[in-house]
Amino acid sequence: MQQHEAVKLEKDNAAGFKSKVGLILFGVYSFIYAGFVFVNTWAPKAMETKVILGLNLAVFYGFFLIILAIVMGIIYNHYCTKMENKLNIKDKEGEE
Amino acid sequence: MTYPVSYLAVFFFMFFVVLVLSLSFYFARKTKTASGYFAAGGTIHWGVNGIAFAGDYLSAASFLGICGMIAFSGYDGFLYSIGYLAGWIVALFVIAEPMKRMGKFTFTDALDSKFNSKSIQLMAAISTLIVSICYLIPQMVGAGALVKPLLGLEHYVGVLIVGTIVIIIVATAGMTSTTYVQFIKGGLLILFSTILTVSLIINGLHKKPADNYHDFVTLDAVVDGGSFVPSSEDYKYAGTAEEKGNKFVKLEKDGIFSWWKIKEVDGSLKLEEALSKTVKSDETILYNGAPAAEGRFFQVGHISKLIHKGKDVEKTGPLNPFSILSVIEDSEIVRFEKTSVKDGDNSVTIWYQNPTSGKTIMRPGLKFKVDKGSTFWSKLNFISLMLALFLGTASLPHVLIRYYTVPSQRDARKSTIVAICGIGFFYILTLYMGLGAMTHGVLDLSSSNMSAPLLAKYFGVGLFSIISAIAFATVLGTVSGLIVASSGAIAHDLMDRYMGIKMTEKQKVFAGKISALGIGMIAIILGILFKGMNVSFLVGWAFAVAASANLPAIIMLIFWKKTTAKGIAASIFVGIVSALSIILLSPDMFARYGFDKASSPISLSQPGIISIPLSFLTLIVVSLMTQKDNKKAL
Repeated sequence: MQQHEAVKLEKDNAAGFKSKVGLILFGVYSFIYAGFVFVNTWAPKAMETKVILGLNLAVFYGFFLIILAIVMGIIYNHYCTKMENKLNIKDKEGEE
Repeated sequence: MTYPVSYLAVFFFMFFVVLVLSLSFYFARKTKTASGYFAAGGTIHWGVNGIAFAGDYLSAASFLGICGMIAFSGYDGFLYSIGYLAGWIVALFVIAEPMKRMGKFTFTDALDSKFNSKSIQLMAAISTLIVSICYLIPQMVGAGALVKPLLGLEHYVGVLIVGTIVIIIVATAGMTSTTYVQFIKGGLLILFSTILTVSLIINGLHKKPADNYHDFVTLDAVVDGGSFVPSSEDYKYAGTAEEKGNKFVKLEKDGIFSWWKIKEVDGSLKLEEALSKTVKSDETILYNGAPAAEGRFFQVGHISKLIHKGKDVEKTGPLNPFSILSVIEDSEIVRFEKTSVKDGDNSVTIWYQNPTSGKTIMRPGLKFKVDKGSTFWSKLNFISLMLALFLGTASLPHVLIRYYTVPSQRDARKSTIVAICGIGFFYILTLYMGLGAMTHGVLDLSSSNMSAPLLAKYFGVGLFSIISAIAFATVLGTVSGLIVASSGAIAHDLMDRYMGIKMTEKQKVFAGKISALGIGMIAIILGILFKGMNVSFLVGWAFAVAASANLPAIIMLIFWKKTTAKGIAASIFVGIVSALSIILLSPDMFARYGFDKASSPISLSQPGIISIPLSFLTLIVVSLMTQKDNKKAL
C-alpha cells in the first residue's frame, strides 16, 4: 500500500556521522546518569555531602544532569549542522 | 478541602479556551488531507515545534504530580524530573533523526517502513493505544483535581469539560491545532512557573508562613484508669487508636472530635494536634470532625527550625536560587505522615506532624526505599523506575509523532534541543515550587496534586488564577497530543493500513475525527473512574509500558540489520504483556485491590528492569529464527 509522507526528505550524506556522534554522546550521558542512579540507590547518605554554593551532592548532581543534557544537545547540533552544510551542500553542488 | 471559586481564574480559563478553540476552527478550514490532519503537513517551524514538544510533554504529571510529590516527599519527587528530562537524551541522540527519516504520520509507519507487515501494524497500533490510554488517565484525573479550586465544580465536571474541549480541538484541525495549543500552553507554563519561583526566592523563608496560618496545639496529658486526660479542661477524652506503633487519642471539644498523636517527651506524655478525615458508616465524610463546608481542614506545611547563616531565625529575607536550597537543607520542616485507623465502624485517615531534617528532605529516601528499611527489591524497584523514565520518553507515541510535523531531519533535531532547554529549565523550577509548597503552609493534605497552584495562591489571587488556568491548559495540551496519536493509530494504522480499507483523503480525515471522538469519550470515563490517584505515579506506568513495548523495536530497527518484522511484532507483544502483568500483579496494585501487599506474587512494582530486557531478548531470538523472511523480502 502506498503511504503518503508528510514531507519529501532529501538525501542526507551526514546521517552516518550524526549517528556515530549521537551514539558516543548517548553513551557518555548514560554512564553519568547510571552513576547518579547508582549513588542514589546504594549510597543515598552520600548525597547529603555539601559540594558547591551550599548545594548538596543530590541537588548538584541533579542540576548537573539537566544542564549537561542542554549543553551536550547544543554541541551535538553544532557539529551535525557543520557536517550537514559540508556534505549535503557539496553533494548538491556536484549534482549541479 | 473546599475552595472559594476564583472568578479571575474562571476568566483566564475561559479566555484560554476561547483562544484555542478559535485557533482550532481557523486551522480546520485548512485541514483537508491526512497529512495535514495527522502531521500538520510537516510544515511546523522547529522553534514552534520545540516549545510544542515541551507543551506536549510537560503534562499534569510534571506540573501537578511532580510538584506535589516534592512538596510531600522532598527530593524523591525531583528524581522524576531528572529521569523525565534524561529521557530526552535518548530522543535526541538516538531516535529523532532516524524516526524522521523513516517517518510518515505515526510511530507505526516508522517501525513498518522496511517491512509492510500486518503484524507490526497491528501490534504497534495496539501499543500506541495502550500507552496513550495509560497516559491519558492521569491527565484527566489532573483535570478533575483542578476544577474544584478553579471553578468550584466537582471532579467529574472537570473531566467532562477537558474531554469535550479536547475532542473539539482535535476533531477540528488535528495536529495543527494541537501544535499551537501545546505551543501556547508550553510557553505560558514555563513563563509563569518562572515568575512563581522568582517570587518564592525573593520572599524568602518564614517560620510562620502567613498570619492566618494554623497554630498547632500540644497538650500535656496523664493516664488515668486507661484514659488519657488532657491538661486542658476544654478537651474530653473520647477514645484511642493504634497503627504500626503510632498511638492516637480522640478528643472532643464543643461537640467536635479531633485526633491527636501521643508522644513521650522526657518522661511526660504530650498530645500533638493532627488532621483527620473520617468516613462514617453512613458514608458521611468529616474533615477534622466537621463537614468539609465548615472549612476546619486547614492547609499545612511549615518550618520548625529555620537555620540561616548558622542561627535559628524567624525569617530569612530575600534569598538567591542557591541559598534557598541551602537554608532548607540546614533547617527542619514539619511534614505530615498519613496513616489509617479504625474507630468503631468509622474509617479514619490521620495526618500527624513529623518534623524532618532538611538534610533528609534534600536527599533520596523519603518516598523511595533506598535508605532506612530498604531491601534488595525496593532498591531494584527504584532502579527499574529510573530506567523506565530514561528509556520511556523516546518511546511515547505522542512524542514520536511530533517528529513528522517538521520539514526536515535538521528541524527534528533542533526542535528536540529547544524542547530539552524548555523542559530542563522547567524541571529545575519544579524543585523550587515543590519545596516552596512544603514550607509555605499551602498544602492540602487530601490532594498532593494541588500543591503548585496553591503555592501560587500564597502570592496572590492573580498569580493563582493564571497558574490554575495554565494548569488546566496543561491538561488540554497533553490530552490533545495523546488523542491525535490514538486517532492516528486507529484511523491510519488499523483502518487504512492493517485492514486495508480504501479511503479518500477526506474519508481518512473523517475517520481520524471519529476516532478522536471515541478515544476522548473513553478518556472521560477513565478520568472519572480513577479519581484520587497521584498523577505522576500513573505516568510512571505509561513510561514503563512504552519503554518495554516500543523502545527495543525502535532501537533494533535502527541499529541491527537482522531485525525482522516478526521479531518487532513479538517484542512489542512481549513488552506490553510483561510490563502490564508485572504492574497488575505488583504489591502496589494488590494494596489497591484491598489485599495485603505481602500476598502479591512478585516483589516489583516497576516492571522496566525485567520487561525492557525481555522485550530486547524476544526481538533478537525471534529475528534470528525468522531470518528467511528478510531474505525473501530481498
